[in-house]
Amino acid sequence: MIAVPSGRVDTALADVVTAHSDSRPQLVVESLSLDFKARHGTVSALEDVSLTVQRGEIVGVVGESGSGKSVMAYTVMGLVDPAARIRAGRITFGGTDLLKSSEAEMAEIRGRELAMIFQSPRTALNPIRKVGLQIEDVLRRHAAIRSQDLRRHAIQALERVRIPDPERRFDAYPFELSGGMCQRVMIAMALACSPAMLIADEPTTGLDVTTQAVIMDLIRDLSRSARMSTLLITHDLGLAGEYCDRIAVMHAGHVVEFAATETLLREPAHPYTQQLLAATPTPRSSVSTLTSIPGQLPDLRGNLPVCRFRHRCERALPLCDEPPLPWTRISADHVVRCRNPL
Amino acid sequence: MKKPIEAAPSAQRVNESDKLPVAAVVDPKKPPLLSVNKLFKLYPVGPRRKGAMLHAVDDVQLDIASGECVGLVGESGCGKSTLARLLARLIDPSSGQIVFDGHDLTAMTAERFVRSPERARIQVVFQDPTESLNPAFRVFDAIADPLRRLFGIKDAPELDRRVHEAADVVGLPAELVVRYPHQLSGGQRARVGIARAIVVEPSLLILDEPTSALDVSVQAVILRLLADLRDRLSMSYLFVSHDLNVVRLLCERIVVMYLGRVIEVATAEELFTAPRHPYTQALIAAIPDPARRGEQRLRLEGSPTSPIDPDPDRCRFYGRCPQGSDRCVSASPALRTVGRGHLVACHFA
Amino acid sequence: MSAIDPIARSAFKPPVRASSALGTLAQNARYVFAENKLTLVAVVILVLLVVLAILGPWLAPYDPLATDGTARLAPPTLKHWFGTDALGRDMMSRVVVATRLDLGMAVSAVALSFTVGLALGASGGYFGGWLERGLGRVMDTIMAFPLFVLAMGIVAALGNNVLNIVIATMIINLPFYYRFARGEVNIRRDMGYVEAARMGGNSPMRALMHHIVPNILPPMMVQASLNMGWAILNAAGLSYIGLGVRAPTPEWGIMVSEGASNIISGEWWTFMFPGAALVLAVFSFNLLGDGLRDLLDPRRRT
Repeated sequence: MIAVPSGRVDTALADVVTAHSDSRPQLVVESLSLDFKARHGTVSALEDVSLTVQRGEIVGVVGESGSGKSVMAYTVMGLVDPAARIRAGRITFGGTDLLKSSEAEMAEIRGRELAMIFQSPRTALNPIRKVGLQIEDVLRRHAAIRSQDLRRHAIQALERVRIPDPERRFDAYPFELSGGMCQRVMIAMALACSPAMLIADEPTTGLDVTTQAVIMDLIRDLSRSARMSTLLITHDLGLAGEYCDRIAVMHAGHVVEFAATETLLREPAHPYTQQLLAATPTPRSSVSTLTSIPGQLPDLRGNLPVCRFRHRCERALPLCDEPPLPWTRISADHVVRCRNPL
Repeated sequence: MKKPIEAAPSAQRVNESDKLPVAAVVDPKKPPLLSVNKLFKLYPVGPRRKGAMLHAVDDVQLDIASGECVGLVGESGCGKSTLARLLARLIDPSSGQIVFDGHDLTAMTAERFVRSPERARIQVVFQDPTESLNPAFRVFDAIADPLRRLFGIKDAPELDRRVHEAADVVGLPAELVVRYPHQLSGGQRARVGIARAIVVEPSLLILDEPTSALDVSVQAVILRLLADLRDRLSMSYLFVSHDLNVVRLLCERIVVMYLGRVIEVATAEELFTAPRHPYTQALIAAIPDPARRGEQRLRLEGSPTSPIDPDPDRCRFYGRCPQGSDRCVSASPALRTVGRGHLVACHFA
Repeated sequence: MSAIDPIARSAFKPPVRASSALGTLAQNARYVFAENKLTLVAVVILVLLVVLAILGPWLAPYDPLATDGTARLAPPTLKHWFGTDALGRDMMSRVVVATRLDLGMAVSAVALSFTVGLALGASGGYFGGWLERGLGRVMDTIMAFPLFVLAMGIVAALGNNVLNIVIATMIINLPFYYRFARGEVNIRRDMGYVEAARMGGNSPMRALMHHIVPNILPPMMVQASLNMGWAILNAAGLSYIGLGVRAPTPEWGIMVSEGASNIISGEWWTFMFPGAALVLAVFSFNLLGDGLRDLLDPRRRT
């Protein structure tokens, strides 16, 4: 196990990356720290967050409410709240430094290279515009297609997401479609220009479990066939476990662990990950084996301990209070942010 | 800076459930606590003269024994919420019978039932603790209101005692009883909802997705609390949820609904290991399971058919079902026994 | 979709220092005034107006009805701060004394419309069916008329006095409160806590009155405050055209009307001061409405 000072996390992750495959990563988030200036103080929403996504890989970001997972996704897309201030860090997407890009440059990247799908698909679509036309809008903005070909491409996009009877569905309004269909339309819009990366923010929350399975299968299949990277934001560890190649676990604005899925689920190194696993009901758990995590999320304003899990952790040592909180490399594809990992 | 409220004391209390028996033993010779017979709930839709009816609950038969925990699962539009509301007597059925501990609850309207002594014996824990607590009421008033209204208790010390007792039982710290809901966390609000339901000592507790709005770690605490309470207060549970993993934890028997009808009933174990109805099989296969990564699983495409004026001689699942034959379109399958305590409504099972 | 929400929900618990309702109110008041100086200004002005309304006759330097032939249309001087009108009456005394009448008419009309509108709207919104449809038609009928014309008609029909101004203003204001109450009750009718109230033994009427209505009072009071300004203008407007208040009663609207003929001849003090009083009152009520929204419902503070 090698402890790496937090400023050098890109080295630790770079090692993880090269060990995993021989291609350069699609997305690298390095030491991202972000604050929100709010009425009652400053909220330290993200601190020293780092992760990578390889080409063609599905990375899951798992955390509970308040963990900062959505904030991070929005920051990558450049859609974060104007009240946010990025204190430190770098986001590299396919070689481009996103944080240094202008709004015009980001607008070019968004939709063409980097796409996002959201929770509540019916509300994320324009309710008074036909869904086919909404797909055409994306194509018109980002792809060099002649006007007369737009409709054909839009229908093809609908076919690709396995919507039955796509010619007829082109003219449908979002309220006429079920939740699952709307999510497919949103995926069609996101993938219309064959982006290099898809960010999916809780795409199946609120959908029935059978619909969820179908949508997740679709995302996985499209991701593999197009060699598209995917960043899946979810609170459901079981879902991430089935569909993701690697998982990053977040707690109170920190990435606490980042590892290949099987490794994370079999041998979690961070106490929070272990407790989260123990608290998640699976077909094999029972009420008495279900544990809960003591304490509560720390207040993200004001003075925070060096390790934000410290007050809820049974393995806390005096060493845990010493700044900075380092990254520890457990193995080639496993890093954890803990002084006393399991 | 203000320290966040510690939930640790309550978490320790719940650990005691490890020492208690897992579930009350159900005596098959005793009559069931709740017996539902040929229950229908139809809503008129569209122009009145056309007479189109939406079959929200369609010919449901169900028994819940005393001390038993029954799960009710199904997807959106299957009628489980409507059935829960019917059993809670918040709405009136179109036809059918609900017999609770020997009393026919359908003999009076929901309005009149509010004043009957049986009202206190069936209570509901609602989904979404944010919406189910009155923002203008303090926790104390929220819990005391049923005592005032159903038991007519006006004596302040008596109210105080009972409210604090209920708060104690659900692990809510006493200092939070004077707070308003927006000053509590999600888990604390969930506890208030439970306290409010159990303070009148019901025999049947209907839980409508009680943990779906909570984080996983908080959900675990609340589920253990519910298991603990079930044993301590000998209540029957009707646990409505879309999350099969959660239902499996607490329930002995599970009822699966589809488009208003009950299509399978089995013990929790058997439903998960050997589901017989194709819909249940797809439902079980859809549960995310890290152990099955990369496998091609059974998937259900499409959406349910319309619940408006369904053909009575046709299986509701036909078309979406991976199987199908002429029998499926000539006769609607009835619930029949295929094993001990295992009923299925399918021609193929 | 603001990315702040997941953080906000868990991190933003308002500081809990007071546990009594009054204590919380005072705490919130201090907070709102600190953030928004204009609200404080509005409250100060309104308090001043209320004081004038109550103590007006004693504070006025002259008898508002006393005429003085020698000092007609005198411009503002140290002797008459606001000048005198065409009959030699002191303008300032009249403006001050008129406060009671104007505020009184507006407050009574708004209070009546508020109560009746709340009762009808809440019942319509909760019970629906024929009740809601019938009441809706009545309200639609009222709104079909140009409201001021309707008020004129009502006063003309019932008789030219202050009580009828109040009744007319109340009637034309009613649909506004009815709709608002109905809408707010509709939103809350299917919420979990209402069903819980029914489970807990509350009859529908009790559930409506004790569980739903307390929640809709804060937004309704905001509306009432904003509405107050309009009610003042309405009452003043009716008096301006000669309905309701009769000379020589001092009332801002009638004073503006009397002074309006002096626009060309240049005696600006005869209409400017009562006009300014109207503006001040309406403006302050509107500011108060905004501040009230923050004060009464801390969770909705923006």
